[in-house]
Amino acid sequence: MEIIKPLIQYLAVIILSPLLLGVINRVKAYFAGRRGQPLLQLYFDLYKLSYKAPVYSRTTTWLFRAGPIIGLSAVLCALAALPFAGRPGFLVFDGDFIFLIYLLGLGRFFTVLAALDTGSSFEGMGASREVQFAVFAEPAFFLALAALSKATGKLSLAGMFLALEPASWQAAAPALLLLTAALFIILLAENSRVPVDDPNTHLELTMVHEVMVLDHSGPDLAYILYGASLKLWFFGALIASAVLPRHSGSWFYDGAAFLGMMGVIAAGIGTIESVMARLRMIKVQYLLMGALVFSVLALLFQTGR
Amino acid sequence: MNTFAELTIVVIILLNLALAVSGSLSLCIRLAAFQGVAAGLLPLLASGGVRGRAMAFAGFIILLKGVVFPWLMFRAREKTGARRDVDPLIGYPASIMLCLGAFAASSWLGSRLPLPHSGVAFIIPASLATIFTGFLLITTRAKAITQVLGYLVIENGIYIFGLALFVEQPLMVELAILLDVFVAVFVMGIAIFHISREFDHIDTDQMAELTDWHRPEDAKW
Repeated sequence: MEIIKPLIQYLAVIILSPLLLGVINRVKAYFAGRRGQPLLQLYFDLYKLSYKAPVYSRTTTWLFRAGPIIGLSAVLCALAALPFAGRPGFLVFDGDFIFLIYLLGLGRFFTVLAALDTGSSFEGMGASREVQFAVFAEPAFFLALAALSKATGKLSLAGMFLALEPASWQAAAPALLLLTAALFIILLAENSRVPVDDPNTHLELTMVHEVMVLDHSGPDLAYILYGASLKLWFFGALIASAVLPRHSGSWFYDGAAFLGMMGVIAAGIGTIESVMARLRMIKVQYLLMGALVFSVLALLFQTGR
Repeated sequence: MNTFAELTIVVIILLNLALAVSGSLSLCIRLAAFQGVAAGLLPLLASGGVRGRAMAFAGFIILLKGVVFPWLMFRAREKTGARRDVDPLIGYPASIMLCLGAFAASSWLGSRLPLPHSGVAFIIPASLATIFTGFLLITTRAKAITQVLGYLVIENGIYIFGLALFVEQPLMVELAILLDVFVAVFVMGIAIFHISREFDHIDTDQMAELTDWHRPEDAKW
């Protein structure tokens, strides 16, 4: 029985994560006064892409084919260690949050390599920007999780979220608020959402993440799109677990509240995308620096206590 | 109850960083005023009970820092015709990193100082960091008006420091400081006005060239 629940949780994440992008798109469409794409659009896209034949340029090497696969498998691995509604996943060990950060870094590294492998100058530009943003986003993410670990006194991600209770929100409200804000900015940056990057733009000069995957086609593109939706779930789940500290005994109740919170987060991202414009490229680093500052302050607040 | 006071402390620290990174002069004035208001609310949140005298005192502080000072600053800005940007001498990323480093150093210093425990965590580091931000604004911004602004930020820091030391009786200390600041803002307002009238410039770097003597390499051949 104890293996069944993590399995169901994992399957739920794998099946439900493309829905988040559907929710975001519907919220954006609502703000724009349109009907918008169907909620399940990404599922249709993934299905369509999965039976298409990929096209590979003659200038590319194995790195180009490895990029999407390694990117997807890194996120799939990371999700195994991610708690669902405050309950542990498959993988729980001390310091697993560092493992997760390295997995995400590995995925990014291979996506960047695959982009550089095409030899296209635009893809190189996107890769450069992606890495430039990561310079701030990754330390901010690491320090946010370190602050959470300090606030709860646990070293594993599952332990942290299990130890997080309404009382800890009362005791360490400033640190938890700061790190939740940092995590939200990191979510926007890592998933190339609006203030940092526009997922809808297809003008090469302004794209960041989209330009890196321009040359991928067929199942490879499906891997990338699916990996992106899993990554969105990953960061959303961290925030949802942080702001929903109450653990009732019931697995169904907790799970339902958690899924509801994920929907709220997706709607929040959609709202942000609808009401604000994208930042100028040189201003993005200030936003990310803000996330880093939030994390550092959260950590300082916890260590000085 | 102390949770709200600690959240206010966080807001004050974040305002420090925003002051270090914002480039528009009017935004800086508003941020400093907002920080003053947050600092004015702090004793009400920290002490818990709301008494008449504390209320009146906080109201006076908020009126002074939130309304009078910004009004004087905006007036000085318009009279001098200062341009909109703050003209930093070092970059914004460097400023924000300095501020963050200052907060880290002040939290170390705050744990070392033999001060009475005030009940609100991080009030001492926040006040020291605010004072440092004021110094940063004074030293790294080129215009005279931003230096007055830095002085106001320092005053916010001193006020918070006073709160940490004298949670019960801040009135005497405070009135003295406030009087100083009030006079200082007036004097500086007059000084700025005169600088701008006599030399048509409030960039303090230009003051170095007040002399008749010119270095030979500056002379036109």
